Amino acid sequence: MKVIRVLALCILVLVAASSVAADFLAPHDYAEQFRQHANEAPSRSFPLGTDDLGRDRLSRLLQGTRISLLCATLAASLATSTAAAVGLIAGYFDGWVDEIAGVLTDLFLSLPWLFALLSLRALLPLDTSTEVSAGATFLLLAAVGWAPSARVIRANVTSLRNSRLIVHARAYGCGRARVLWLHILPNLRPVLLAQFWILVPAFILTEANLGLLGLGINEPMPSWGNMLTELQNYQRIPEEPWILAPALLLVLVVGSLQFVVSGRNIWE
Amino acid sequence: MTRRIVLLVLALVTVMHTERAAELRFAVHSDPKTFDPLLATEEVSETIRYLTGGVLIRLNRQTQELEPELATSWKVLDGGKRIDFVLRKNVCFSDGAPFSAADVVATLRRIMAPGLTSGVADLFRSAGEEITAKANGLNEVSIFFSTPVRSPELLFDQLAIARAHSAAPETAVLGPFMLQSHKSGQYVLLQRNPHYWKISPQGERLPHLDSIRLDVLANRETELFRFRRGELDWVDKVEPEAFERLKKGAHPGTLNVGPSLDSEFLWFNQNPNAPLPAYKKRWFQSRLFRRAISAAMNRDDVVRLVYRGYAHGAASFVSQANKFWFDSRLTPPSYDPQLALRLLHEDGFRFDGRILRDRGGNAVEFSFITNAGSKTRIQMGTILQQDLMKIGIRLNFLPIEFQSLIERITRTAGYEACLLGLTNFEIDPNNQMNVWLSSGTHHAWNPGQAKPATAWEAEIDRLAQLQHATSAPAVRKAAFDRIQEIVAEEAAIIFLVHPDVLVAVSPSLHNVKPSQLAPHLYWNIEHLSLSGLEQRREN
Repeated sequence: MKVIRVLALCILVLVAASSVAADFLAPHDYAEQFRQHANEAPSRSFPLGTDDLGRDRLSRLLQGTRISLLCATLAASLATSTAAAVGLIAGYFDGWVDEIAGVLTDLFLSLPWLFALLSLRALLPLDTSTEVSAGATFLLLAAVGWAPSARVIRANVTSLRNSRLIVHARAYGCGRARVLWLHILPNLRPVLLAQFWILVPAFILTEANLGLLGLGINEPMPSWGNMLTELQNYQRIPEEPWILAPALLLVLVVGSLQFVVSGRNIWE
Repeated sequence: MTRRIVLLVLALVTVMHTERAAELRFAVHSDPKTFDPLLATEEVSETIRYLTGGVLIRLNRQTQELEPELATSWKVLDGGKRIDFVLRKNVCFSDGAPFSAADVVATLRRIMAPGLTSGVADLFRSAGEEITAKANGLNEVSIFFSTPVRSPELLFDQLAIARAHSAAPETAVLGPFMLQSHKSGQYVLLQRNPHYWKISPQGERLPHLDSIRLDVLANRETELFRFRRGELDWVDKVEPEAFERLKKGAHPGTLNVGPSLDSEFLWFNQNPNAPLPAYKKRWFQSRLFRRAISAAMNRDDVVRLVYRGYAHGAASFVSQANKFWFDSRLTPPSYDPQLALRLLHEDGFRFDGRILRDRGGNAVEFSFITNAGSKTRIQMGTILQQDLMKIGIRLNFLPIEFQSLIERITRTAGYEACLLGLTNFEIDPNNQMNVWLSSGTHHAWNPGQAKPATAWEAEIDRLAQLQHATSAPAVRKAAFDRIQEIVAEEAAIIFLVHPDVLVAVSPSLHNVKPSQLAPHLYWNIEHLSLSGLEQRREN
């Protein structure tokens, strides 16, 4: 099923490229309100129609894709790096170090992150720009999202630690840092990549869910999350099916990510 | 054969019985927190209190006149310090026990008991520190207030009389319905009170309905869906978008009742101790600046885009729905960015075509907060952002969690401007004095002042006290009109809209007279009746 994976990869590249070029591709400014054209159906001027305030849906979708993808990717990188550091240390150094890392991981797993996010939003200075607010939201997602990955990485490091490869490296006089950096970390690459690709859609979906609660990225900046809030009025969908565009794109991207990461496991 | 006949008779009896069962069904959005009418604090408990509780006087939601209920007559004495009621005779509680003045005295005593917290208790406590009741025989009762109260009779519209010495007040009620069963998270079932005293003009015992089923449905879309399928008899407070959908689908029974008592507004933080830069405080304390912002806001677009046309531009807290207290001389400010720029120019601001700057060269940029999760306020905020951008003002719009918002506006004063709404249930503005008096804790723009910070606030204080000190309606009205006019002139609070009351009612429900005042649909519950029950069962 290599074809499907290639197709999924092409979709991801296409979506990423169009979001990067959003400023050139978007027919209008994402925040501009064409108030006389509110809630219009798709037309030549507005290819995906307009929203309640007369803003061009396509321009908002392109910009929203950029924000959601960029922020989710950065947050996933941060979370995977944190998970790698904690997992490596916990798995390699047994005893009290492992215990402390375990407690820390459990603590973050049990953290009521929704309340943490609410508190963060309330503590932010009022002159915080929308960009900073969006960054802070994803930073917090990364800060609380590393724990499950850390457990997986720790388990892998524990099994690697006692492998013949590492025993030989130690026997040849390699120090701990060298063993970790040159022998264990490269062997963790597939695990780290898998964790990263799992976290990207997870963060995208979390931001979308936060958007439904009104806690995602602030207006007028678009994101998949705040664009999806329109779907709460699901009875609107049969009359205006084009409002499904952000949901379809989200499914397409998350699905493609899954095929890229684990396509072989699913199909073979 | 005999067995067959018996079965046939039984089936016929069952059919006849089912045909009689007229059950009204509507949705509530959460479980009731209490069935005790004196402890009701939230909307669902208050709904049940309204449907089951008997009151001395009831405000007719259409005429806005008080009508006798358990009291046949009343008299306000001693300049509002005393009210005497003559009670209706031969009235019984739902358990058959007779109603008397002792029950009114016991209810008053309970509502004023220290530690009892509820909406009604707060209402009575705000009317006077000490309220006592004395029975004069079986059918007369006098209520004494420690201080004069304006329109004290209005308080009794919400006070459900409970039986004296009853351990569970919800088991013996005087209203048209009584509690039958409750399944947490699913429904509340009320059944007809067989001892209800009211009789229709045609001589029939009321209520017409046999029972009411309140389905607990948190999701408004599910509620609408079930209404469309005929499983619910009405939907109250329909969202404008859903209302439009119902209208498009030619659904009979959609009705725009007109502007509600509610309002949406914003204000600037004028607290001199607020943790804000001095130049921003100067902006917010400037009348010209506030009026300019008001003129730069396109209320018509807010009405058209956010409320789909189902709202009215607002000039005050009091909407057209409040027949007596509405000040018809006040009109909502027109959208006029040129006027806004002129006012700002007069106040020393300069607009270079892109950015507005004050005398000190500071770019005009401020933030305003609102509660997260409110779609309408977020849309309003987004519209205002673009409107103010046209006159060079950058607006940072921050929806935050409601408790944090309350903390900021009431305690820390850590905000610049705030967009909120007021859900109003009272028609007499006396209950708003906490907002208008400069010493009031809800004096939004600068609460709890030791003495009025400005001459116009001192004038509002004087007028507020004047309307409180007199019982002459014309004098009170004139004073309150002037208060509204001062607030509008000073743009102390910038009013945006009064949303309309939108309802959808099943055509099989009769005698529904939707009101702009809450409760919009069931205020005359005892007179409602259902037809087409056969069809409903098939559904």
